[in-house]
Amino acid sequence: MKILVCISSVPDTTTKITFADGNTKFNTAGVQFVINPYDEFGLSRAMQLKETLGGNVTTITVGRADTEPVIRKALAIGADDAVRIDADPMDSLQVATEIANYAKDKGFDLIITGRESIDYNGGAVPGMLAELLGINSVSPCVKLDIDGTTATMQTLIDGGKEVVKSSLPLVAAAQKGMVEESELRIPNMRGIMAARTKPLAVVPGAAAGNAKFKTFDLPAPKAACKMVSADNVEELVHLLHTEAKVI
Amino acid sequence: MSVLVFAENWDGNFKKSTFESVAYAAGLAQAAGGSVTAVVIGNVSADNLSSLGTYGATKVVHYDGADVNHQGVASIVAQAVQAAGAKYVVFNGTWKSKGAAPRLAIKLNAAIATEVVELPSSTAPFTVKKKTFSGKAFAHVELSSDVKIIVLSTNSYGVKENAVTAAVEKGSGSATEKDNSLQHVEYQKTSGKINLTEAELVVSAGRGMKGPENWGMVEQLAEALGAATACSKPVADIGWRPHHEHVGQTGIAVAPNLYIAIGISGAIQHLAGISSSKKIVVINTDPEAPFFKAADYGIVGDALQVVPKLTEAIKKLKG
Ligand SMILES: Cc1cc2nc3c(=O)[nH]c(=O)nc-3n(C[C@H](O)[C@H](O)[C@H](O)COP(=O)(O)OP(=O)(O)OC[C@H]3O[C@@H](n4cnc5c(N)ncnc54)[C@H](O)[C@@H]3O)c2cc1C
Ligand SMILES: Cc1cc2nc3c(=O)[nH]c(=O)nc-3n(C[C@H](O)[C@H](O)[C@H](O)COP(=O)(O)OP(=O)(O)OC[C@H]3O[C@@H](n4cnc5c(N)ncnc54)[C@H](O)[C@@H]3O)c2cc1C
Repeated sequence: MKILVCISSVPDTTTKITFADGNTKFNTAGVQFVINPYDEFGLSRAMQLKETLGGNVTTITVGRADTEPVIRKALAIGADDAVRIDADPMDSLQVATEIANYAKDKGFDLIITGRESIDYNGGAVPGMLAELLGINSVSPCVKLDIDGTTATMQTLIDGGKEVVKSSLPLVAAAQKGMVEESELRIPNMRGIMAARTKPLAVVPGAAAGNAKFKTFDLPAPKAACKMVSADNVEELVHLLHTEAKVI
Repeated sequence: MSVLVFAENWDGNFKKSTFESVAYAAGLAQAAGGSVTAVVIGNVSADNLSSLGTYGATKVVHYDGADVNHQGVASIVAQAVQAAGAKYVVFNGTWKSKGAAPRLAIKLNAAIATEVVELPSSTAPFTVKKKTFSGKAFAHVELSSDVKIIVLSTNSYGVKENAVTAAVEKGSGSATEKDNSLQHVEYQKTSGKINLTEAELVVSAGRGMKGPENWGMVEQLAEALGAATACSKPVADIGWRPHHEHVGQTGIAVAPNLYIAIGISGAIQHLAGISSSKKIVVINTDPEAPFFKAADYGIVGDALQVVPKLTEAIKKLKG
């Protein structure tokens, strides 16, 4: 089983978001970068599959050298080797094209991504990647089982779940459920040591995108909260009805 | 120039998110010039098809037959875009649409903006506002391709009526064999509940509820309001509530008119997923809980006492 896991380097979930250069750039000063949380579910499932089916887990990241600590963390969790496509990732199309170009002649049986990046929230790389490779995609994928050359998966539909089947290769976009929170792999000391010498190939990037992020802004600040006494819930209902007009 | 909108149905019926996407397409057609063509796939009645006129669709192209998955949608919509010579394609923010739109973008060589919250601020260059950083910020994105794809963030634009007469016609074509190769096995539907992403009112509770045995009062409050129920992440992780109720940065993002947060501290990851709510009520024993800073109305008090009283007061209002 040859598995490719796509890893995006994103700001830690506790990051307070600010912008620089006249709101044209995300301000990375003091920001801690981590493996995109959805990708962690995917990587953990890849490790489980390798343990039961044998094979190899490769990670791929489109990004500059500053993404390497995150890549090393993925290696410490257990991936066998890593690829970094050296480019500034600017949009979903560019990232998907780079990954497709790398993967197309490598014979991967399975490509795992996250459901979306928690920074730019495109949610588009998995579908684009699969379409570029001419294979099936399932996003979000909340259960993934492999039997021979067939994958049985669960995906979400509005109002429930759907069970689907596909032949391999395919792209599965992970979120919680592919593994549970308690099954997430955390690097141990041995893993961290081993990761230092695992192969990390750097490949120059060449793809272009077609969406430009011009400026950013933050939500308008909230007015002060109106406090209501716990003994007077009728007052709250009255305010919601007549002032906020939401009930 | 035409704006094409994928009008999703569930067993022949449209939902609010469908009407929202048709209304957005109508707004876009007004801004960019042109008219709205809605694409419907599956068994849908003539009355339902023409009802899309209420929101501004002047034409409805109906691909009759079995329902298809996201890959089938991408396949059929690609053919419809080419037939109509459409320059814009609008999708609602459902899972099926989020799956179909990126595949369509590759098929049509189109640029895509997802989680879009408003009509474009400019059509040349084409610039739209989208959610980024999981609801903590917004970005203004410029799309430079010939055909452009917009995927809405549910409940951001709203359902706006714009009644016209919709001419219904049959579409010809079906999903390619390749797109059909993702095989459906079965649906596992959660029945009867109000869809959280689409809900106008949401009652959400966290670890402050102490245990799953206390959720009866949360559900009663939701029922009195006609609201959907939600929860914080740890509550889903420890199994007090199902995973599909978990809202926040790594769960579902919601944008209701009213979000009531009970016994939730207001961690930054939770706030990210709910900050688009129009009004927020917080009930918490701790006056210093960070959630009060993000709230419009607050009550400092014990949820186990306050919630049942609130339910009674709402029942009284509703008569
Ligand atoms: C203005 C701007 C500034 C940016 N700045 C940075 C930066 O400072 N550092 C940085 O590392 N990135 C940066 N990015 C890239 C960004 O983090 C994403 O990688 C890229 O925009 C694609 O995101 P998406 O939201 O479309 O991905 P989605 O489609 O939401 O992602 C889904 C999945 O695709 C995979 N994926 C996404 N991006 C990558 C990637 N780059 N490599 C490998 N797999 C990936 C992951 O598995 C992810 O879970 C920037 C992007 C923009 C638009
Ligand atoms: C990578 C990552 C991603 C995350 N993503 C999410 C996410 O998507 N969504 C999310 O919700 N969290 C997320 N979290 C977790 C988040 O950081 C918080 O831990 C979580 O939101 C806290 O849940 P809570 O408010 O229910 O519990 P707590 O923080 O324990 O708060 C309980 C609150 O209840 C109050 N309380 C106690 N008793 C009562 C009572 N009787 N009546 C009224 N109030 C009472 C307390 O004062 C307290 O404010 C994430 C964390 C990480 C690290």
